[in-house]
Amino acid sequence: MKRRKLLSLLGLAVTTGGVAIACSNNPTPNAQTSPSATTAANSTTGEELVIYSGRDEKLVGPLIKKFEAETGTKVRVRYGDTAELTAAILEEQKNSPADVFYAQDPGALGALQQANRTTKLPDAVLAKVDDRFHSPTGQWVGVTGRARTVDYNTDLVKAEELPQSIFDLTDPKWKGKIGWAPTNGSFQAFVTALRVTEGEEKAKQWLEGMKANEPKVYPKNVPIVEALARGEIALGLVNHYYLERFKLENPEAPVAHHFTGDAGSMVNVSGVAILDSAKRPELAQKFVAFLLDNEAQNYFATETREYPLADGVKVASSNLKGLDQVQTPKIDLASLSDLDATLKLLQSTGVL
Amino acid sequence: MASGPPFFLTLAGGLVAIAIALPLAYLVFRTSGIGAEQMWTLLSRPRTLTVLLNSAGMAAAVTLLSALIAIPIAFLTLRTDLPGRRSWLIAATLPLAIPSYVGSFTLLAAFGPKGSGLQLLLEPLGIQELPSIYGWPGTLLALTLFTYPYLLLSVRAGLQGIDPALEEVARSLGRSPWATFWQVTLPQLRPSIVAGGLLVALYALRDFGTPSLMRFDAFTRVIFLQYKSSFDRTSASLLALVLVGLVLLILWLEYRVRSRAKYYSRAAAVRRSPQLVKLGIWKWPALLFCAAIVALSLVLPFAMTIFWLVRGWLAKVDMLAPTDLLHIAFNSIAAAGLAAIAAILFALPVAILSVRFPGRITTAIERCSYIGFGLPGIVVALSLVFFGANYLPWIYQTLPLLVFAYLILFLPQTVGTVRSSLLQVNPQVEESARSLGRTPWQTLREITLPLVRPGILSGTVLVFLTAIKELPATLLLAPIGFKTLATQIWQATENISFAEAAAASLAMLLVSAGSTLIVLAQDQARIAHR
Repeated sequence: MKRRKLLSLLGLAVTTGGVAIACSNNPTPNAQTSPSATTAANSTTGEELVIYSGRDEKLVGPLIKKFEAETGTKVRVRYGDTAELTAAILEEQKNSPADVFYAQDPGALGALQQANRTTKLPDAVLAKVDDRFHSPTGQWVGVTGRARTVDYNTDLVKAEELPQSIFDLTDPKWKGKIGWAPTNGSFQAFVTALRVTEGEEKAKQWLEGMKANEPKVYPKNVPIVEALARGEIALGLVNHYYLERFKLENPEAPVAHHFTGDAGSMVNVSGVAILDSAKRPELAQKFVAFLLDNEAQNYFATETREYPLADGVKVASSNLKGLDQVQTPKIDLASLSDLDATLKLLQSTGVL
Repeated sequence: MASGPPFFLTLAGGLVAIAIALPLAYLVFRTSGIGAEQMWTLLSRPRTLTVLLNSAGMAAAVTLLSALIAIPIAFLTLRTDLPGRRSWLIAATLPLAIPSYVGSFTLLAAFGPKGSGLQLLLEPLGIQELPSIYGWPGTLLALTLFTYPYLLLSVRAGLQGIDPALEEVARSLGRSPWATFWQVTLPQLRPSIVAGGLLVALYALRDFGTPSLMRFDAFTRVIFLQYKSSFDRTSASLLALVLVGLVLLILWLEYRVRSRAKYYSRAAAVRRSPQLVKLGIWKWPALLFCAAIVALSLVLPFAMTIFWLVRGWLAKVDMLAPTDLLHIAFNSIAAAGLAAIAAILFALPVAILSVRFPGRITTAIERCSYIGFGLPGIVVALSLVFFGANYLPWIYQTLPLLVFAYLILFLPQTVGTVRSSLLQVNPQVEESARSLGRTPWQTLREITLPLVRPGILSGTVLVFLTAIKELPATLLLAPIGFKTLATQIWQATENISFAEAAAASLAMLLVSAGSTLIVLAQDQARIAHR
């Protein structure tokens, strides 16, 4: 009696499992709707491109579908965290199934470049963006721009009180009122930029000054924007598009952008690289070129609210300055991939 | 021939040993490249020591607090006339289905210093800011509220395995119910308490969501940082090895603490329902206690989730179609269900070997099966990425490898519950079956399995509930395009869509609740049948 029930329970579980295996053999089990299915059928080559994406499916998924429709190729995407995917590619070595890596920040791409895991991109693609937005040796190229901003709660801070420079944030009047995310990749890229533009000593002073102001620590940008909306903090060091997207769901949130005009408003990029182990390098190049075409760049401007990087494409959001109006320090983004010195500085100042 | 363990047990035990060895081999291999000097620099940093102490303190405190919640609830719901006791038991088990990142997030939304539900409620009284929940208090609160069910399930299985005759004898000798509990019941529960407590401690160590949201410097957070900010796999592996050291220390402590006394008293597979303790006036505080725990650990996250869902729905946020959500839920059920089956299939041999054939090797296998559970998911995932992509490319990123990852991560949850159930079974029962001509296989099927059923059921629920919310291994090792509710919640939060995260969280809660109900109902039906 007891045994039979246990066995029936196990049997039920085995059956569900079996069905699941049957389902998982289906290459597109989810909502990868009809366009991709029909184009896959039209495709004569039967070629498949494999992308590892550190960017969210909701943001880049529709673009990838467009690419599938236009080229008649099938694309399979592994979505995940940029750093974890980087570690995975390094562990996979030459057996990586991935052809293209689309990363959230140049640091991850730099790490792959340093491990000699990337290949040189065609000059035509590199020429589409400003020189500071691609690897000097052409191993990766930026796709979208992500500006650092000092977002603020408009109920708590008047526009005229806003800090003119990132260095004004160490003023004691901001004590306990600032939120930051020192473990976040974009924040660390910003500190690296601070070190590069202002020198090691000044960056150290700034971190110590900030520490004395007891900023609230958050794991990443999203909770900072939430905390700003709640009024838990007055100022938050974040990337610009988090607020843009947050406002889609919470249009009444009393939070606005402020650009400081120094490293505090530096523009970082998301970017792509083609792996040295890519099995479909031509297809991969086609995809990279596609991302920098007008259509894709306009998509980023309107949908993900990032800055388009290809020449001649304009930003769409009305409450956002154009990229040419954001004053940013001149820095070599490739140097941002060297995070060791930044990490040491963050650790020696006790920020991390 | 008769003295050694049967072949099928040894085979399964050996496979488990290999599974355990993989992540460890990977960590040692990754760390071997590091120079002695660099190793020492990293290990001797004051921060490394702080993190070590933080993690150890956190694990100890969470375990203690969980015991203070789980043992009373288990006793109240199984042994007293508490009104609605079965519903309380199920409600108190369900927080296990709430991912720590979701749970911590709702706690912050409710009790955060500013702008949280509680602060807004108190604002008319002039309270502008609440005392900070970040750091120790929030971490302990969140981890305790969402991990005590490990202890609850384990203690529940233990209570069900106790022969009521022992307690009846104590009562008939004039002991009060209270004295009976302390002198007879609690000592019998020791293996279950220790086994469940071990799971709580290790879960606290390996959890990432809570320390990161509560801004608490625990080991997992530092290991993650190493990957995230410098892509430094070597240093991360070294830190993970230090964590393995801490896990081994905890395993050794548990080994010392758990008594090797015999707990069985049953002569046969007969089980009777014990007499219920009458609570009398104590009914009210007991109800209040259960209600408070369930309110914080289940109702609050549930209510916040529904609130976010409705808010997003009203704001007309673009959401996933219900059919897609259903499909994703089905993926989750399948992966977690297969993990639960695999865990039982391998936990049984390991538990039987360690209890019935104790020896250095069997004990080592049983102890070491816990290591994977104490390690951050990303470490185990990367070790399988390394071995899978380079040595087993034909199963790399397929469902079987994902299930294997779950097995490494969650096996001890079943080993622990089965083991404590098995300790309550008198080996003489099995021996007489053998002497009556049954083969070892028949003995296992006809005698042992039915007797350790409570442990198997608890283990199934545990593995299912934890596997369904697992994230890092699922992200890296699942077949491309295989979405689960956990990856869906993660994507939605990355994309700042609270409404969509809420929809997936709600689906996860419903699936978990449903499966828990089915398993527990089977058990209740069996008891009622007698």
